Amino acid sequence: MMDPRVKILVTLGFSVVLAVADRPVVLGMGMAFAIFLVFLARLNLRQVMTRLLVVNTFVAFLWIFLPFTFPGPALFSFWGLQITRQGIAACVQITVKSNAIVLASMALLSTSTVFGLVHGLHHLKVPDKLVHLFFFSFRYIHVIHMEYHKIINAMKARGFEPDTSLRTYKSYAYLIGTLFLKSSERSKRIYQAMVCRGFDGTFWVFQHFAFRKRDLFALVFMGLFILFLAFMQWGSVR
Amino acid sequence: MGICAVIELRDVSFSYPNGLKVFEDMNFHLHKGDRVGIVGPNGSGKTTLLHLIVGLIKPDAGEVVVFGTPRKTEKDFREVRKRVGLLFQDPEDQLFCPTVAEDVAFGPLNLRIPKDEVHRIVKRTLEEVGLAGFEERVTYNLSGGEKKLVSLATLFAMSPEVLLLDEPTAGLDENATEKIEQILRDKVETYIVVSHHREVLEKTTDKIFRMEDSRLIRVSI
Repeated sequence: MMDPRVKILVTLGFSVVLAVADRPVVLGMGMAFAIFLVFLARLNLRQVMTRLLVVNTFVAFLWIFLPFTFPGPALFSFWGLQITRQGIAACVQITVKSNAIVLASMALLSTSTVFGLVHGLHHLKVPDKLVHLFFFSFRYIHVIHMEYHKIINAMKARGFEPDTSLRTYKSYAYLIGTLFLKSSERSKRIYQAMVCRGFDGTFWVFQHFAFRKRDLFALVFMGLFILFLAFMQWGSVR
Repeated sequence: MGICAVIELRDVSFSYPNGLKVFEDMNFHLHKGDRVGIVGPNGSGKTTLLHLIVGLIKPDAGEVVVFGTPRKTEKDFREVRKRVGLLFQDPEDQLFCPTVAEDVAFGPLNLRIPKDEVHRIVKRTLEEVGLAGFEERVTYNLSGGEKKLVSLATLFAMSPEVLLLDEPTAGLDENATEKIEQILRDKVETYIVVSHHREVLEKTTDKIFRMEDSRLIRVSI
């Protein structure tokens, strides 16, 4: 297991540099680096593809609108609409950036346990409130999701069939309202249960991570690469 | 009696925020070695009683005395909670860590017990509830019975002097129910069980009280 702090720092650095960069060489190398990490982490490729599909659904919307609305000389036109070279270039950039960042995050972050990441964030001096928020969101999204399915099933069991009617919207509004109430009530009970076990605002970590030699090696290697990307983007030697 | 009570409620009154009266001048004692059952219909205040004892809610009038000391402030109750374990009705409320080991370790770590000692405690308590080897299991993938047993283990890990159990067998099958009953009989000395299943109480407790007219009334087994 790699030290989660290294992973968090590298993900952050890589994402920031890649999000701001615009030179094709830098984006290309970033993408290659991300793919390299995915193979290094031996991720389940099928799962990677499913997740990328979700990201690229959003990106697809950009491909629908951006090429037509970006100012610049027309590449070709039809029905009075013009597609610009700059528009296409922007789309390609965004696609590469988002995919590379998501791939790198998957390779680095999803291979840690949540407790590991939370713990790492804490040691990187991220405010406790944010860390707790992150942890509990993660832990309870699943529970709220199950709660949602329970209610949906209960609705179906009583013959609910969604259609385009005020009644359907109303039913969904009730469903969401109930979910909010239940989550709020549950959070109160969980807090009570924690207080009953002696919780006083500090999380004591059970399995502590260790910073080992290979973490140093990973941090130096990946850190240098990110610096190199930044240099290729903004450096004065061209 | 002679020995002073572990838990004592003196003339306690409590109403829900909507004004509905739950207890009025209620008195209750629990002594070391007592195994007490409380029955009563839904909404009669069984859970409320347990929450009053550990100070999750405060009475409108009267006194909550635990381990011989009257408890009023949040700080008073903080000490109580370290020595009195409360099992919540829904294990989904009690378990919140990704893995079983982390959850069982949560209480002992709050008690500032050193980590290598906590490792031993986690192993021992999981064995005690018959879940040896469950350390790295993911809590939300466990079955209902297993979740309940893990919840119980999280309490045992803090070596409480008294256990308060809110419907410990609700929603469990016969097998899991028997397991819980056996663990209570064999491993715990002093406890209160709240339930509306008479049979469970008859098997696990020596005295049974009934919630009636905002008070507790002793019923014979």
